[in-house]
Amino acid sequence: MPGVAVSAKETRADLIVVGAGPAGASAALAAHRAGLAVVLIDEAGRPGGQVWRAPASGVAIPDALRTQDDRDGAALRAEVAASGLTFVGDARVWSVTGRFRVDAATETGTQAYVAPRLVAATGAHERVVPFPGWTLPGVVGLAAATILLKSEAMLPGRRTVVAGCGPLLAAVAAKIVAAGGTVAALVDLAGPADWMAVAPRLARRPRLLRQGLGWMLRIGLARVPVHFRHAVVAAEGAEAVEHVTIAPVDAEGAPAAGPRHRIAADALAVGHGLVAGAEIPRLLRAALRFDALAGGWIPVLDAAGRTSIEGLYAAGDGAGIAGAAAALLSGRLAGLAAARDAGALAEPAFAGARDRIAAERDAVEAFAGAVRHLMRPRRGLVDAVAPETVVCRCEDVTRAEIDAAVAAGASEVNQLKHFTRCGMGPCQGRFCGDTAAELVARHVGSRAAAGVWTARPPLRPVPLDTLLGDFDYADIPVPKPAPL
Amino acid sequence: MTPTLSGERYDLAVVGGGVHGATVALFCARAGLRTILFERGSLCREASGVNAGTLTMQMTRVALIPYALQAHAMWASAPEWLGHDVGVVVCDGLSLAFTEGEAELLTYRAGRRREAGAPIELVGPARALEVEPGLSDRVLVAGHCKVDGFANAYLTGLAYRAALIEAGVTLCEQVPVAGVVPDGGGYELDSAAGTVRARRLVLAGGVWLEEMAAWLGLRLPIKVLINQLAVTERIAPVMRTVVGIASGLLSLKQYPHGTVVIGGGWQGRGDRQQGGVELVPDSLIGNMRLACHAIPALRRSRLARAWAGLEAETRDALPAAGPIPGFPDAWICGSVHSGYTSGPFIAKRLADRILERGDPDPLFPIDRLLAPDAGAADPAPVAEAPLS
Repeated sequence: MPGVAVSAKETRADLIVVGAGPAGASAALAAHRAGLAVVLIDEAGRPGGQVWRAPASGVAIPDALRTQDDRDGAALRAEVAASGLTFVGDARVWSVTGRFRVDAATETGTQAYVAPRLVAATGAHERVVPFPGWTLPGVVGLAAATILLKSEAMLPGRRTVVAGCGPLLAAVAAKIVAAGGTVAALVDLAGPADWMAVAPRLARRPRLLRQGLGWMLRIGLARVPVHFRHAVVAAEGAEAVEHVTIAPVDAEGAPAAGPRHRIAADALAVGHGLVAGAEIPRLLRAALRFDALAGGWIPVLDAAGRTSIEGLYAAGDGAGIAGAAAALLSGRLAGLAAARDAGALAEPAFAGARDRIAAERDAVEAFAGAVRHLMRPRRGLVDAVAPETVVCRCEDVTRAEIDAAVAAGASEVNQLKHFTRCGMGPCQGRFCGDTAAELVARHVGSRAAAGVWTARPPLRPVPLDTLLGDFDYADIPVPKPAPL
Repeated sequence: MTPTLSGERYDLAVVGGGVHGATVALFCARAGLRTILFERGSLCREASGVNAGTLTMQMTRVALIPYALQAHAMWASAPEWLGHDVGVVVCDGLSLAFTEGEAELLTYRAGRRREAGAPIELVGPARALEVEPGLSDRVLVAGHCKVDGFANAYLTGLAYRAALIEAGVTLCEQVPVAGVVPDGGGYELDSAAGTVRARRLVLAGGVWLEEMAAWLGLRLPIKVLINQLAVTERIAPVMRTVVGIASGLLSLKQYPHGTVVIGGGWQGRGDRQQGGVELVPDSLIGNMRLACHAIPALRRSRLARAWAGLEAETRDALPAAGPIPGFPDAWICGSVHSGYTSGPFIAKRLADRILERGDPDPLFPIDRLLAPDAGAADPAPVAEAPLS
């Protein structure tokens, strides 16, 4: 067994929080205030996560594009900055091991952080159910479109089709209009009746409902054509998107009778809901459960956000899709639970806080449930993926190849990966994993039977140059030679 | 739902669906034995599917070189005898020395392997650079072998699965076996799909051979190595050979689709119960530094994925392959160092013995490895050959 010298310098803390969105930042703040030494790590340069993303440095965001989210994000950043907790930005976590060591690649090389407790607050990524042309330049996710607008004040294109489901549709379309762009069409999987059905639950958060109605007003004033119960069936163009074709669908996203529309556009922002980014619990082999509405495979948690692994907590959308307001609460609770488990917070104080947070969570849950319903995975959409359509874009694996691999004996997703390379590329299945697992589940009966993609380091692709740094050959701790 | 097999009788039952078990089952079934193969997971998804796929002589143990040479030829012609492609690329191989100490080690080891039949010649830096233009200019001396190459290990299961089904093997994937007992001229297997009887038995359970031998009351200590591997994203060609180093702690090659696989047996954490639980980041970095020291252009790539595979090792690091003493018509096959390289030929030789074809190959009988009884301490390790 080779003995290995430690090459990365380790920074010790009481708690590491990965992800500085609403969940991670509030977890870090709560634990820091309870007296723990906290390290908060994020890929971005400043806290905020996706919803409260900070503008890129040097980019002036016009007032027309500023929203309540931006103000909330600025407040959070000010709070983190004033708190004195250690924030490590522009750091890409690539390895999480032991109980616990977190290795993060930064511009100056790889850094190691060690703590007995870890909060995983890594948010969500977008689900895009493939259609012909979804890999063309000019096609972006709804979340990617919001990053362009929020962080860079950039339009996805001159004429953008905004398609998919959930409140992000209206948010993106309204921002494009506000920024002076043209929305060629808004294409919603849901119909007016679907929205009406959830309206009472949306009304439980009057501020957010008003915000949504404001978006719709802006979209209406700009005379954006709105197509309810429609889905994108193709994006076409020689080098990049030139046309987007949409067609009517039923409540489950399956093709329905009615005319198609071919819309001239140079960009398509499309998203079919969110997948929980539970890579860290998966990597550490925490117990998981499948919940389609909550974003797929998510960690099994107790009422305070503890996973099945001692010292590992999960909060925010990565632990189950519930939105920013719920993430603030689940994050704070996980931070307090870590403080309590570390002995920094007495049980009565913790129990009181826990109960107050639980009550607040109940208040936001109705709204979150309504949004989850609007963004729910549609079975018909996956069924409609054509045989020749590429599902895994990193490795160019089509639906027909996935179906053939299942027929050849791949009865779960990791064997599918071996048979086809599906999910083996740099994104490790973040783009295709949900759809590919759904396709396997069609044959084997359920997502549980289709299995869970094994998580592997690095959690994000990292340049070797960053990981390796400068070294002398003589300093490489080469283990003793293998037997001859 | 697994169909129940209770009461079925077979000529041969194989437990373990890696390269060893699958190859024995394949050749025996083709020779007419009614064969059943049990695999508790999916076929070739442990060591046989997650190893680095290197088919090199320069990391093979001297005693295995004759088998590895034959197995190399089998891998290279897989479509002919297996019937399916495993993405095998045959190319030159280089084992590098960067220091005087490594040069000494390389010279000794290449000589021993050459005596065993591996066509390795020592070359200087200029010749090494002709063979592999991607090489660093810091090489002192290299072992050059024309018999080298690599397979796409993750395709192994796909290839064997089709071949086994075509050969008529009753293939039981996701069917664990809980125990085996001798049963008057045969063996009775207690599987999750029912009790099966077979006249002959092969145990081919990789790192789990220790548990399998215990079914028969034998104590066969097997050490578990947790080999770390890493792969880059697809990049433009940076190399065209298999590259290793004198100590054997590096294996490196670029696949036709552009990814570069970095291995060499740096150890992660895990055990046979849980598998490769986690990778040691500092070991990964050490392994990748070694790789970039050999092929500098690799530094410009990104690490896409890293994983660990289990490797079984007996106390003398030579195979457990041959009859099971005291149990007629029962055989064991595994624990072959660099087993993916040599596995198909060793398993084929075992199939020949089971089928009583040709001159019997003594293989590597396990009598030498058995501890006296379950209560006794492990036997002392066998002394290793001197390194120089």
